Amino acid sequence: MTSSVISPWEVTGRIGRYAFLSVVLAFFALPVLWLAFAPFNAHPTMATSFPEFTVENFRSLMDNPNALSSIGNSIVLAGGTALLVVVLAALASYALSRASIPGRDALLYTLLLLSSIVTGTAAMVPIFLLAFQLDLIDSQLGVILVLTGGLLPAAIFILKDFVDTTPRSYEESARVFGASPLQIIRHVVVPLIRPGLAAVTVWAVANVWGNFLIPFLLLRSPDKAPASVVMYTFYTEGGQPDLGLISAFSLLYSIPVVGMFLFVSTRYGFRFHGGIKR
Amino acid sequence: MTAGAGPTMTRVRGRNTGAVAADQDAAGLGRWRAGLFVLPALVLIGVFLVLPALWTIYLGATDFQLTGTAAAQPRIVGMDNLLSVFSGGGFAGSLLLTLEYVVGSAVVGQAGLGLALAWVMRDRRGVLRRVVDAVVLLAWILPNSVVAFLWIALLDRDSGTLNALLGTPGFGWLLRYPMLSIIVFNIWRGTAFSQMLYSAALANVPRSQLETARLTGATPWRQLWDVVLPQIRGHVLTNLLLVSLWTFNDFTPFLLTAGGPDHRSETLPVFVYVTALTGGQLGLGAAISFVMLLVNLVIAFGYLRLLGRRKDGAA
Amino acid sequence: MAAITTTGLGKVYPGGVRALDALDLSITDGEFFALLGPSGCGKTTLLRTLAGLESPTSGSITIGTSDVTRLPPGRRDVAMVFQDYALFPHMTTADNIAYPLRVNGVPKSSRHDKAAQIAAELGLAELLARRPGQLSGGQQQRAALARAMACHPKAFLFDEPLSNLDARMRLEARSFLKRLQRQLGVTTVFVTHDQSEALAMADRIAVMESGHIRQIGTPVEVFRRPSNIFVASFIGSTPMNLLEAMVVDGQVETCGQRLVVPNGVIAGLANGVSFVLGLRPEYLTLHTASVPGALCGVVAVVENLGSQQLVSLEVSGTTVRCVVTEDAEPALGAECWLVPRAERVLVYLDGELVEDAVLSDAR
Repeated sequence: MTSSVISPWEVTGRIGRYAFLSVVLAFFALPVLWLAFAPFNAHPTMATSFPEFTVENFRSLMDNPNALSSIGNSIVLAGGTALLVVVLAALASYALSRASIPGRDALLYTLLLLSSIVTGTAAMVPIFLLAFQLDLIDSQLGVILVLTGGLLPAAIFILKDFVDTTPRSYEESARVFGASPLQIIRHVVVPLIRPGLAAVTVWAVANVWGNFLIPFLLLRSPDKAPASVVMYTFYTEGGQPDLGLISAFSLLYSIPVVGMFLFVSTRYGFRFHGGIKR
Repeated sequence: MTAGAGPTMTRVRGRNTGAVAADQDAAGLGRWRAGLFVLPALVLIGVFLVLPALWTIYLGATDFQLTGTAAAQPRIVGMDNLLSVFSGGGFAGSLLLTLEYVVGSAVVGQAGLGLALAWVMRDRRGVLRRVVDAVVLLAWILPNSVVAFLWIALLDRDSGTLNALLGTPGFGWLLRYPMLSIIVFNIWRGTAFSQMLYSAALANVPRSQLETARLTGATPWRQLWDVVLPQIRGHVLTNLLLVSLWTFNDFTPFLLTAGGPDHRSETLPVFVYVTALTGGQLGLGAAISFVMLLVNLVIAFGYLRLLGRRKDGAA
Repeated sequence: MAAITTTGLGKVYPGGVRALDALDLSITDGEFFALLGPSGCGKTTLLRTLAGLESPTSGSITIGTSDVTRLPPGRRDVAMVFQDYALFPHMTTADNIAYPLRVNGVPKSSRHDKAAQIAAELGLAELLARRPGQLSGGQQQRAALARAMACHPKAFLFDEPLSNLDARMRLEARSFLKRLQRQLGVTTVFVTHDQSEALAMADRIAVMESGHIRQIGTPVEVFRRPSNIFVASFIGSTPMNLLEAMVVDGQVETCGQRLVVPNGVIAGLANGVSFVLGLRPEYLTLHTASVPGALCGVVAVVENLGSQQLVSLEVSGTTVRCVVTEDAEPALGAECWLVPRAERVLVYLDGELVEDAVLSDAR
């Protein structure tokens, strides 16, 4: 904007816009500040204040028996679920996109519907009972399977989008050169939809990482609980939340998922992948 | 499930699903192998998604309980559970609170703020946009438990940041205004999705049309109303339905207020949890779940209908 | 290297769309063969059926000595170059060219040597380490050709090989392709919707319309003597004049005028028979002075084609076009006379060319 003549309306508009953005920035940044300061505060309170700097909170985190192992559990759950989701969804979405399976469209619409109506909360009771029947209570595998079942429909949709937008001539070309279907998938399809696989992985990991309900519902032993659940066990002897521990843990717990988003967004431009680009 | 099904579903609309081209078996997979590829996913979805849905219906018709005689041998009680759901004290109030939560935080809050942000930022590049995008997105990607704690800290009665800023020490936001608190919280939490969706939608409005409107002297408001909104109507519908669905099933308020005080923020998901797992009345809990499924179904069908209509219109 | 033959080849899509209707085609060894037609005529389906990407619903295909009708694409020993080239974006040029060898289990070092050798032949030696996204359109095309050459196929199949290039590149690539095909001597079938491309490159052309072959012939045959009205109107950069005409007293009457045509042109037609007279604009001579027995009209539009002018004349309400050289441009509104070149007058009866209407020595 190099225009020298600015109407009063435009001035008002600009002031309004900056005021709006300032309020929005403050609104969104304010709650996060605590996460930045409290972990390093020697006497953390609920207040956000400039800390009397310490890493003592992190040391006591190391001493807590469940803290670090819970991050490990989160990694197991998120990694296991993401792996299962990505592999199964990739196979299914490829087949659904490329082969004429009878009733495909009906199947896709049913999945679409299911993925939006059966959520953890609405089917909480039967999921608990199902896990009970299948002897999956207090089993990490049970959590992984339940979460995978819930995430798969949407994952198939995201990936099918990627496969659909990939020109078929790549695969046909490989086929004319004599590549087998599995070779085609390995050499051509997987590399081509890699951004989609990355997006689904991130999305699945983020979902599991933050999921509180399913592990809370299905896991009993504290040593199997993931970070999302363990956070709620950090209380002092007096029954008060142990803020030092909680804040340090929150930070530790948030960093991987934020880092993953940063990595993928710089690498693949994660915005609405498989999404609303057109 | 927050960050989920949205993008994909929107895209379905733009695609010509009837196209012959997409049906061609480019890699020479063949029907059998294609079936094998789909099978494992279908089995998992069947067991852990479809089965629980059906089970909810069955449970809703029994007097199943966690412990006691009814736990061993549940009886079919038919519509009794459903009736007791509707006649029971908590349900109507909880449903009302859920509606308040959905309309306030999702329809008005997330969608409105998301659209406003996308519109204001539409032509911006550079630092300001990146910073705003980053903080909005950060609120979306942080784990639930962390986010809940951040807000507990923000709203704390004695030393919360908000009270410190406003100079109102000792004001218990979560106790005095539990619904308002979780509504504002959910706006903070979920606006990123709407903002991204609308940004993508706005990017698709041809510049020439906005420029034509500008040349005729339309104000930004008129441009938004006359040119942009008619074109992104589909995105608006998609967005409203998705955020409604997610918010309707959102369990996070439990982490902030646990439904309290005095059931004043007990939305349906929390109500189910309290009834079925805290209270041990699984049959009744399932009956409430069943009602929730129905509401979800209505929302989802509404969404698919609109989706279908738009596709027909486009073709 | 091999001949390609199809016998009664048909393809009906589920839903009843007949893409190919009992096609008999015989492409000889080493021939550069064009499948030409408007979009939806079945030319691409035919090419894909030859490649094995589509399976025919009837008939058979022979490549060389073997019947390949039921063979999967990888075992037909043909190579296809796709319209978008289908170079794998995640592989370097070298890996792309070597891909057919990789599929056939050739060890890495020897397949890279081979790729480098072919790349050098096509002037891609400097670009081996680049990804397709870093190549220009013409370079991408040559990389795709190199990949097709790597497996030494019996035949090449090109789908719209020039359509992804800009106009200037296209001319260059045309000559390049033709020279390359001559050098390699490999039977090559290509699909195009552009008649000038087909005329320029092919040894023979099959003109297709809605699943049928309407004419097979050399470019000269197809241009000079289109065997039906469809081919006549499809071939030629300036469309042929197709005039309603009738035999009156042993003479041709068209546009309300008598037109004197060479002896024998309408020899086989009885008095009162209606037919269509085909006159290419290139084969009409324009006179500014009255010529007896010529078509008389008024100049309505003159379009500059560079070294030539396309003149549209109003002849009693019908537009007739002719091409004149640059120094013979008539004035707008002037009255002019058109005389057809003797051996180039075509007569179509019921849409088909009347063959014996022309004196055999006039060809």
